[in-house]
Amino acid sequence: MEVKLRGRGLVKGIVEGEALVSSQPISFLGGVDPATGIIKERGHELEGCKVTGKVLVFPHSKGSTVSSYVLFSMARRGTKPLGIVNTVSDPIVAAGCVLGNIPLLDKLEMDPVKTIITGDYLILDATEGFLIIRRS
Amino acid sequence: MYLSKDEEAILEGSRGEAAAIAMKLLVTIGDIFDAQRLIPVKSAQVSGISYKTIGEEGLEFIEEFARKGATVNVYTTINPAGMDIENWREMSVPEDFARKQERIVSALQKMGAKPTCTCTPYLLPERPRFGDHIAWAESSAVIYANSIIGARTNREGGPTALASAIIGKTPLYGYHLEENRAATMRVRVKANLENELDFSLLGYFIGKNVPDKIPLIELEKSNLNEVNLKALGAGMATSGSQGLYHIKGFTPECKQRVFDIGERIVVERSNLSDIKESLSEQCSPEFICIGCPHCSIDEMEYISNIAVKGRFKKRLIIYTSRHVWSIAKKRGYLDKIINAGGRVVRDTCMVVSPIEEVGIDEVVTNSTKAAHYLSSLSRVKTVLKTLGEALEYARNGS
Repeated sequence: MEVKLRGRGLVKGIVEGEALVSSQPISFLGGVDPATGIIKERGHELEGCKVTGKVLVFPHSKGSTVSSYVLFSMARRGTKPLGIVNTVSDPIVAAGCVLGNIPLLDKLEMDPVKTIITGDYLILDATEGFLIIRRS
Repeated sequence: MYLSKDEEAILEGSRGEAAAIAMKLLVTIGDIFDAQRLIPVKSAQVSGISYKTIGEEGLEFIEEFARKGATVNVYTTINPAGMDIENWREMSVPEDFARKQERIVSALQKMGAKPTCTCTPYLLPERPRFGDHIAWAESSAVIYANSIIGARTNREGGPTALASAIIGKTPLYGYHLEENRAATMRVRVKANLENELDFSLLGYFIGKNVPDKIPLIELEKSNLNEVNLKALGAGMATSGSQGLYHIKGFTPECKQRVFDIGERIVVERSNLSDIKESLSEQCSPEFICIGCPHCSIDEMEYISNIAVKGRFKKRLIIYTSRHVWSIAKKRGYLDKIINAGGRVVRDTCMVVSPIEEVGIDEVVTNSTKAAHYLSSLSRVKTVLKTLGEALEYARNGS
């Protein structure tokens, strides 16, 4: 199965890889360990999952604007996600993606959090503004 | 978003790598909010200065940004740091923390930011004027600038305010646009507000109950001085997400036009008492912390007048900006407070300094913002009292 959805490319770039989906918002400050790329927020549905090398799909971020610096730091340490897909992006995650050079796409024709499942193979094109979902 | 030729060139690197990143950040934020273009700002206030708040990741970023040649293009001030930059040893701040804090402030100074280290840039001589577009972070300063001065700023975060400082511009959206500044609900206050704590409680109540509305506040006779207004906005911006309020017959934009709004809430004394109770715990703190937001010169004068009545039995810590500190020193307020056993600390506050590490676990304060963050960020127990009551508590020891 393959689906192509149009969206709004906020931070340009083209990446492809496996999806990691959270229906809950993510706080990068305190919620993700920048040294390992593992989600450490207690009780979060992705607690213990590694975001490194994945296309991370979540509604929007939450918490402090310092989260932007955490995405930057993850980029420097090589633990950043490949790309990010949001339902609607907020300034905190967008600033983090600019600083960490992480392609960012939002406002898809269908809510990505409800459409994509963890393990789907994604081609994220934030330059042209579309996403291809492949499920075997 | 439309970009001028100059702005395009900066995005492509004409002013170096750091400016290109800053421009990219502003354009992306502009895209999120469908801004048409960038507009010039007169000043920027950058938050996320304390090492306690931004940690290793923030330090890394700010230093690398400075190394890449970032320089500010407008008058830029910065939020409180995690310590008194000169006298950190007296505060028993750990050496390692202090070194990292110094690196953050010096990287920002290298970019051209003024080391004001205060959350009250509106108390500095370079205060913005009515109608000025500015790019300020620090929610209590944002709400004061918008509401009381009539300047225009969104609630920026640390990274976006820094990007605006470097470019000298901000995307045109939100509170920068006239149509987004009108009141969207009425708040009728039926309690007589007597002191700064009452104003702080009212602010916190409004923010908590109508977190995303712009309130038009109707007050019975109240003392609308700078200290009380500072407390009102800080409380509101702590529990709510708004960056603007109006007071009927008083704030500048309220005088210019009439708002047509139906929705209304009524606030009674019991609502304020409930907030006070929810932010107070049963304890008898050894420490009294005043200055969230940073004390103004009027508050320093008031405290010094109490200080001359006799020594404080409990430990009183007053937080203020280095600017107000130096005026207070000249006028003799500082000596009076210190001679009575009080301490006056610059550049930092109870919220962003490593307060637990220096052994403070219970605090009396007069600020809902301080009480909110001390209990949530630092797990410090708090008791709310008015400034007058807090100083009496400090003097009597109970």
